[in-house]
Amino acid sequence: MNDMRIVERKVDANEVKISARTCQVYYGDTHAIKDVDVDIQDKTVTAFIGPSGCGKSTFLRCLNRMNDTIDICRVEGDIHLDGEDIYDPKVDPVQLRAKVGMVFQKPNPFPKSIYDNIAYGPRIHGLAKTKADLDEIVEKSLRRGAIWDEVKDRLHAPGTGLSGGQQQRLCIARAIATEPEVLLMDEPCSALDPIATAQVEELIDELRARYSVVIVTHSMQQAARVSQKTAFFHLGNLVEFGETGQIFTNPQDPRTESYITGRIG
Amino acid sequence: MTDATANPVQPDGRKHGSLLQQDARIKRRNASEARFKFYGILAVATGLFFLVALLWAIISNGTGAFSQTYLTVQVELLESKLDKKGNRDIADIKKVSTFGYTPLIQDALLKEVQDRGIETEFAKKKDMKALISASAAAQVRDHVIANPDLIGQTVEFRVLASSRVDGYLKDRVSRESVARDKNISPAHLDLTDALVEAGVIKKIFNLDFILGSDASDTRPEAAGMGVSMLGSLFMMLVVLGLSLPIGVAASIYLEEFAPQNRWTDLIEVNISNLAAVPSIVFGILGLAVFIQFAHLPQSAPLVGGLVLTLMTLPTIIIATRASLKAVPPSIRDAALGVGASKMQSVFHHVLPLAAPGILTGTIIGLAQALGETAPLLLIGMVGFIASNYPEGVLDGFVAPNSAMPAQIYEWAKRADPAFYERAWGGIIILLVFLITMNIIAIILRRRFERRW
Ligand SMILES: Nc1ncnc2c1ncn2[C@@H]1O[C@H](COP(=O)(O)OP(=O)(O)O)[C@@H](O)[C@H]1O
Ligand SMILES: [Mg+2]
Repeated sequence: MNDMRIVERKVDANEVKISARTCQVYYGDTHAIKDVDVDIQDKTVTAFIGPSGCGKSTFLRCLNRMNDTIDICRVEGDIHLDGEDIYDPKVDPVQLRAKVGMVFQKPNPFPKSIYDNIAYGPRIHGLAKTKADLDEIVEKSLRRGAIWDEVKDRLHAPGTGLSGGQQQRLCIARAIATEPEVLLMDEPCSALDPIATAQVEELIDELRARYSVVIVTHSMQQAARVSQKTAFFHLGNLVEFGETGQIFTNPQDPRTESYITGRIG
Repeated sequence: MTDATANPVQPDGRKHGSLLQQDARIKRRNASEARFKFYGILAVATGLFFLVALLWAIISNGTGAFSQTYLTVQVELLESKLDKKGNRDIADIKKVSTFGYTPLIQDALLKEVQDRGIETEFAKKKDMKALISASAAAQVRDHVIANPDLIGQTVEFRVLASSRVDGYLKDRVSRESVARDKNISPAHLDLTDALVEAGVIKKIFNLDFILGSDASDTRPEAAGMGVSMLGSLFMMLVVLGLSLPIGVAASIYLEEFAPQNRWTDLIEVNISNLAAVPSIVFGILGLAVFIQFAHLPQSAPLVGGLVLTLMTLPTIIIATRASLKAVPPSIRDAALGVGASKMQSVFHHVLPLAAPGILTGTIIGLAQALGETAPLLLIGMVGFIASNYPEGVLDGFVAPNSAMPAQIYEWAKRADPAFYERAWGGIIILLVFLITMNIIAIILRRRFERRW
């Protein structure tokens, strides 16, 4: 345990963006997340790994209150974003989600044009005063989403007409367009082929310069490639959390070790 | 073990037989498949047969209503009969009833017969009565009142022939059937033949059937659908204006906002039940609530529309909820994920995607309402009600009127077989409306779906 703290200290240069304390999530009577404490740092890619059904997505969705949309879901404990409790009754989840963007497992562009896909968020949040502003936001977001060159000539073609990998980068660009501070990604590459996966991973690495990125992945290789910190979940518990290199080379918990060596999962 | 029984070892020791030979099992399976296909084709063919028979019956019975027999006569508008004072005072002219005009028309026809040298036993103008519709006098009178200057002149009129003559030209009336008819005699039919030859009697396209109003029991030749079509139109406006917004709002609330609990389950079950309630129940409900309790006018399209709204709502709600459910949840997630509110996600993303389904459901609901008869009987929208077009939009909603299906029912109920033909003709018009609505539904759906 002592080793872990040393490792943590090295990355502590970046401040904590999100901190969760004794977080519990219930689906009806099912206790899906048990007592999770975690600090997610700014300008860092944090990976959540673990066997399927262990609660990675559930915990991720707590961070932008997407769980609010599920009637039977109940969240307890504290989750703070920049020191503010996001489950405070005064917090409007809509405002929170503008700050904490999300990319989903399956690419889900709106059935509208590429331009409108990106412009939708800025429009509803009033980020652009003029058409020129909006054009600029769209271009900037598409560039940051590393898809500008592929779509710049067909901004008004439907977003659903792109390939899977392009759609996912479009969704990432859409999430960035509202200028979020944290970007949550739930298995963003699970529906993509290896080439598209590589492109998205490269993009995630670039995004780290500006955002705090949290990525759920079932691929340990991917976690190892893109993340600086890794959290290992098992049966709703956060088993181990630390620097990615350390988790993969020198896991402290026997469960982490068995998962990494392929014995559970 | 089971493997061995399913695939008995072949004599030469191989596990499976030759692929070129079907074993008994496969043969049985193929035979039952072929049988099933045959039953299916039989079922489809039976359905098609009935459809074709129905269409054939409708068309062969109904097309007659779209042509009508007219007489062309030169009527001498005698001043001595129509304007005794001779000062063209419209009040005085109006005092002359249709009885004043009838002899003039009969005279004109008799003159036509004599001028053309047609041989006939009839020499009195009274004898011409059997050939001329009772509406003819009203038609001439209306024209004269509109143009009093015509009095004193001889004017050519095209007036309706009587329904017997019309029936004779349409093979509905024969010499045998006329034998016991006190309205017309076989000799009149001979005269009709001669007048057809001479071009005085002509069967032409019957625009009045499509545009005109219903007529009394004795004048089937003058009855038309136009006014009851307007009744249906005003009812459909009420139905559309009420059931679409209410139905869509209710569906959106139930589907997107309402918590899933016992209450919403109960509501859901009740809406499905409501869709199965017989329409006559809605009719009596409308009678009790809208007419007896709320004192809305009887026979008014407004009340008919309200009753049909009750009936259409469940259809629209069910269709709307189904199309809202069909929108992939990932679209809602996407909208919420970029910080849209629930309401924005519904109105910006879900509703546009559900729109084709909602439209289709609405049009199908409207088409159902358009063809609904039973509730209209209970609120008095049936019978010989309106003989004029409504005066303006408000009147269209509240003035007593009938509706297309009720008009058809009314005609089918009357004794004179001439009305029977009208009923079939009315069904053709109704079907044209329904088919048009369905085609619009299909086109709308295609157009919206093709966008992406
Ligand atoms: N909407 C839901 N309703 C009820 N139970 C759910 C729901 N979503 C997830 N769960 C349960 O919560 C647990 C964690 O699920 P999830 O977070 O999706 O796992 P992971 O993303 O790690 O595969 C699972 O046992 C799952 O069955
Ligand atoms: Mg998951």
